[in-house]
Amino acid sequence: MAFLEMKHVSKYFGSVAANVDVNLSVEKGEIHALLGENGAGKSTLMNILYGMYAHSEGEIWLNGQPVRIKDPKDAIAKGIGMVHQHFMLIPALSVIENVVLGLKENKAVLDLKAAAREFSQMAERFGMELDPWAKVETLSVGAQQRVEILKALYRKASLLILDEPTAVLTPQEVKGLFHMLRQLTAEGLTIIFITHKLNEIMEVCDRCTILRLGRVVRTTAISDIQDKQELAALMVGSQVELLTQKPPAHPGDEVLRVEDLSYVDKRGIRALDQMSFSLRGGEILGVCGVDGNGQSELVRCITGLLKPASGSVRVCGADCTGADPRMILGQGVSHIPEDRHKMGMIREMTVNENLILMSYRTPECQKRGFLKWKDIRAHSQALCEQYNIKTPSVLERSGNLSGGNQQKMVVGRELDRRPRLLIAMHPDRGLDIGATKYIQRQIVAASQAGAGVLLVSTELDEILELSDRILVVFEGRMMGILDRSEATAERLGLMMAGARQSAG
Amino acid sequence: MLDWITNFLSSDIMTATPLLITALGAVYSERAGILNIGNEGLMLTGAFFGATVSWITGSAFVGAVAAMAAAMVLNLILAFFVITVKANQVVAGLAINTLASGLTVTLNRLIFGVSTTVPKIDVFDKVAIPGLCKIPVIGEAFFNQSLVVYLTYLLVPVLAFVLKRTNIGLKIRSVGEHPQACDTVGISVTGVRYGTMLFAGALAGLGGAFTSMGQLSFFVEDMVSGRGYMALAAVVFGNYTPVGVMGACLMFGAASALQYRLQTTATWIPYQFWIMLPYVITIIALCCYRKKSNRPACHGQAYAKM
Repeated sequence: MAFLEMKHVSKYFGSVAANVDVNLSVEKGEIHALLGENGAGKSTLMNILYGMYAHSEGEIWLNGQPVRIKDPKDAIAKGIGMVHQHFMLIPALSVIENVVLGLKENKAVLDLKAAAREFSQMAERFGMELDPWAKVETLSVGAQQRVEILKALYRKASLLILDEPTAVLTPQEVKGLFHMLRQLTAEGLTIIFITHKLNEIMEVCDRCTILRLGRVVRTTAISDIQDKQELAALMVGSQVELLTQKPPAHPGDEVLRVEDLSYVDKRGIRALDQMSFSLRGGEILGVCGVDGNGQSELVRCITGLLKPASGSVRVCGADCTGADPRMILGQGVSHIPEDRHKMGMIREMTVNENLILMSYRTPECQKRGFLKWKDIRAHSQALCEQYNIKTPSVLERSGNLSGGNQQKMVVGRELDRRPRLLIAMHPDRGLDIGATKYIQRQIVAASQAGAGVLLVSTELDEILELSDRILVVFEGRMMGILDRSEATAERLGLMMAGARQSAG
Repeated sequence: MLDWITNFLSSDIMTATPLLITALGAVYSERAGILNIGNEGLMLTGAFFGATVSWITGSAFVGAVAAMAAAMVLNLILAFFVITVKANQVVAGLAINTLASGLTVTLNRLIFGVSTTVPKIDVFDKVAIPGLCKIPVIGEAFFNQSLVVYLTYLLVPVLAFVLKRTNIGLKIRSVGEHPQACDTVGISVTGVRYGTMLFAGALAGLGGAFTSMGQLSFFVEDMVSGRGYMALAAVVFGNYTPVGVMGACLMFGAASALQYRLQTTATWIPYQFWIMLPYVITIIALCCYRKKSNRPACHGQAYAKM
């Protein structure tokens, strides 16, 4: 008898089906992966199990009993714990306050000292060191995740749901997490592990349920799976090329030189500290690091969105330090920003209008201040075809496009300008494998055409696949630049965690 | 000179008290994440119902209870709009102020007519604390006040303790910081917010009643004249803690007390400038204030469940 069974569960948001007739069966003590692309319905399914959503149809059985879970309180009472992708911790409170928050055993006046003792004992048992009195906002992301897991264990969870737990961790932290998960299952806990990363499933999971478009494709033991390729095919529904082919680079002239670049943010923190590197045409320089270690500031200082505190930026020989964005973009710079909704596009405007955001001042687009809509439309239509942007019409509101097509629109607009320097930050974040691979191929093609590419990504696989050289950042400092041939995931992981390596 | 100090302190306490009562309630609802612009209207409602019911029943106590009840009802209406309907909190709060202003004027004229004689009402009597009130200089100022004043200052440590150390206090702080996180551990965000709004309403009502039954002994149209907003400023300046708010209110009180005295003694400066004093001090104080704020992260935002 399975520990948890979800039988014929369906969930509709209005007329949109997020889950259709899903059957999930999880055995006691296993790590069960829930695999699927973005939008496949993994999180929805787990939010149903945790009582955040009511399911439209179906039943949930726990320990052989049918159960009704109407809210998270119910779920917690039944021994279900969930660590959300975006942590549900309150930054301004201490660790222990977060742990006891909302417990129904709480007395009117809290005895935090007793709770802290119990919490510390528990943390010790799992080999974790956590100060129960520390404010959560002072903790690293990895430590916050441990607090979340312990918070669930403190509530006596016997089933732990982890939603994309590795997205924010360094490779070493991921190892630590996996070690902990094995320890937990050894103690009889059951774990559901939501992910779209194939490596992790092969490494740590016992069984796997694959979702596609809200339906279960298959449930299988990992030992029955041959390789990542097979998992990917099940997840996407067709054979996919997992590796992007990247021919060796033939570096040309220098297109970007950054020297001693520093930036101090509003809080007085040195978000960028003495960065120096150069990039030549035809070359892809990967910038890797855990999110929030200065990548945004670096890109913004180069593109003119932030004024550096010191140091210089030269694009194609011209001094662009602290220049305004229009002057910098005029040097032949294209920018695929980190967050398409905030910086890359205007959702309320049409595809057509979004495609000319960078070029509306050129003679091709306007004459004496009047936009040449007929020419623009023809050009936009051509771009949609060239970059495979699926939209009913170029007059469609761009916010109505899928994430993948929105991103293709941004990429198409930027590459159409034939850049000499392409700055791409998380160019495929949140996209499915198909769209990801498409955009990666476009970036490689741009570098083959002679553009220097600065590729910022938190996905190690992507960095290793595409880059000629790899720059590692940690807390705003450069940990070193490695040649692709000398870079391994382990070595990069150590550098991402702050270990300095001699530049190769 | 000693008399001057005693009078000054006494005046400070009298001016600070209605602000403090109101601000203490507002600390709770603000911490839970609600910006209550409607404080002004709540105080006005309290002032009117306190004085009127006290006049009808002849009991200041019944008047105070009526003031609290009326303001609670009014704040419940506001809570419905900002919590359940998720209306803009500034707009809804201003609507409450307008409503209270019109309502009290209308009812006042209906009940008392437009007369020049002031009806005699039962007010909050001063109760001297034996022994303590004989202390030189401060005795008269601190220990010959009404019960409401003593109660207010006793409430400060109690509310500070509840907010910091109790289960309900932790819930209130958490709801303002990160409502969704509260949801995931089974706390009713809506329930906690309604609770703090009722509490804040009751205290604002009492604060208003103190203006018509403690400072004065009758109701005047629009008599609250900005004290509700001052209470909100005190919450910000007091960094959203009961003790801090007490400090802020006493400072406002001191500035007003000083202002009255300077008006009569320093006559070479037009008195309008002295009237500005408390407000100027408030603005300067707020500008100079640079400590880490306890302002909740999700302040002023309605919470929609997923």
